[in-house]
Amino acid sequence: MNSEEWQLIGFTVRMAALSTLVVLPVGLGLAWCLARRRWRGKALVETFVTLPLVLPPVVTGLVLLKLFGRNGPFGRWLHGLFGLDIIFTWRAVVIALAVMSLPLLVRAARTAFEEVDQAFEQIARTLGAGEWRIFFTITLPLARRGVLGGTLLAFARALGEFGATIMVAGNILGRTRTLSLAVYQYVQNDEDAHAWALAGVSAGLAFLAVLASEYLAQPRKR
Amino acid sequence: MSRDIQAAFVKSFPDGPQIRVENLRTAGPASTTVLFGASGSGKTTVLRCLAGLERPEEGEIRFGEELWFEAHRNFCMSPQLRGLGFVPQEYALFPHLSVGQNIGYGLRKVTRQERATRLTETLRWLGLEGLERRRPGELSGGQRQRVALARALIRRPQLLLLDEPLSALDGPTRLRLRGDLRLLLKQLGIPTVLVTHDRTEALALGDQLVVMDGGRILQQGQVHEVFSRPVNLATAGIVAMETVQPAQVVESTEGLVTLIAGQARLISLSPPLAAGSEVYACIRAEDVILLKGMPDRSSPRNCLSVVVVDLTAEGPIMRIDLDAGFPLTAVLTKQACEELALQPGEKLTALIKAPQIHLIQR
Repeated sequence: MNSEEWQLIGFTVRMAALSTLVVLPVGLGLAWCLARRRWRGKALVETFVTLPLVLPPVVTGLVLLKLFGRNGPFGRWLHGLFGLDIIFTWRAVVIALAVMSLPLLVRAARTAFEEVDQAFEQIARTLGAGEWRIFFTITLPLARRGVLGGTLLAFARALGEFGATIMVAGNILGRTRTLSLAVYQYVQNDEDAHAWALAGVSAGLAFLAVLASEYLAQPRKR
Repeated sequence: MSRDIQAAFVKSFPDGPQIRVENLRTAGPASTTVLFGASGSGKTTVLRCLAGLERPEEGEIRFGEELWFEAHRNFCMSPQLRGLGFVPQEYALFPHLSVGQNIGYGLRKVTRQERATRLTETLRWLGLEGLERRRPGELSGGQRQRVALARALIRRPQLLLLDEPLSALDGPTRLRLRGDLRLLLKQLGIPTVLVTHDRTEALALGDQLVVMDGGRILQQGQVHEVFSRPVNLATAGIVAMETVQPAQVVESTEGLVTLIAGQARLISLSPPLAAGSEVYACIRAEDVILLKGMPDRSSPRNCLSVVVVDLTAEGPIMRIDLDAGFPLTAVLTKQACEELALQPGEKLTALIKAPQIHLIQR
């Protein structure tokens, strides 16, 4: 491994971790709303959240490019308000990874929340606890295995993302190039040895994350 | 100040039954009101509406001076604010928290010291000392029940709601804890609403009885009155037609317990009870034998002079209300009634075997 490769690994893990952190509050909030509340448009929101799972990632990337570009609704707003540029920066990497891994977290967390017996939340209400306290002291701890498993899965997904990232963030060495983009680049440049080395690292990281997630998903004996 | 529930409401389920409660009332601060009926009769739903966990579509619920629910003003006080102690069926103890954390969960906004004091006090009071670090999964059924009670009681609730508090327990434990629970409820002096489908439990624990069937209240009143004087056949079918008479133990000898019930003296086959104990003497109407005149000798231990008060035809049978020094009910076939030519005011003898007088301690 040379220093460039180490830099790539470090950058990819950092981006994946950051996107997981971004996705966590949003994903848990959404999952809770889907599991515990009935509201209009629920099916629609559900569909939109799941869409990145089945849409070609380049298409998702293209949509993000439109939304966050200088002339896109979010892009213009962010640029005007904070002077922030998104496209072709590390921020675009985080956004792409977040959108692509959100469905995995939401689906896992939603199932985990649904499996928590509502009797526990109801009794907590009669004991004077507010909804936030109930979420953090009852629902989340009881769903912790499913939620953690989903988080790891989202993290693993973020580590390997390619299509959406290349659309919104480009493939700029030292700025937005992640492991999977680098593998692609090395193959393009006929540097197969480098490509295989990084592919190995990529597979190793993914393997560990999924293994941990599977371990958490198994029902534990008490 | 009255601390009673007054409730009248309708709660429907999309493709299920409709629960219609007309004028549900509790009576007095230290009284236990039992919602009694078969499973599916709607009693748990009524309890959940009182707790604020279900929201009715119509009607209103008041507790003392407080308005808890009013449909036409679209007002529903949240369960958090009702100051309740709720013990659900199967108890719903938080599995990931220790006994101490479970009991202390509802105790917020008090100082650390106050919290510790009340926790110790409650643990000692319910005999749970030394268990505070255990998880609910490591407790026996009886201990779990006490933890659930402790969790509700540590907040000093103004109303206690218990859903089948004994049904999750095995037979012998249930019997033992029934006595404990009765004493506890008496000590507490908190108005209590308790749901049960078990008639013995209803008699042992209740002061007021509310009989429910098909989502409706059929009858409510004092426990022994409802059991002894069901207003209609439907109620009679649910409570089983029976005399339930408050009585006091005079003495216990050789397996026989002598009682004073109203003006009469009764002998029951029962485990020994302390003289002076308050009991309900329960006598099924079918077990009362009526005859004209007084027999010289008879095997039944109870031989009472009775006067016919009233006769009611209920299908092929005749229900006969008697004055035996206490109100006593018998049932006869219409034929037997005609043979005896029974009329109100007529004097008869009622025979009841000692094992057929069933005692429930109060």
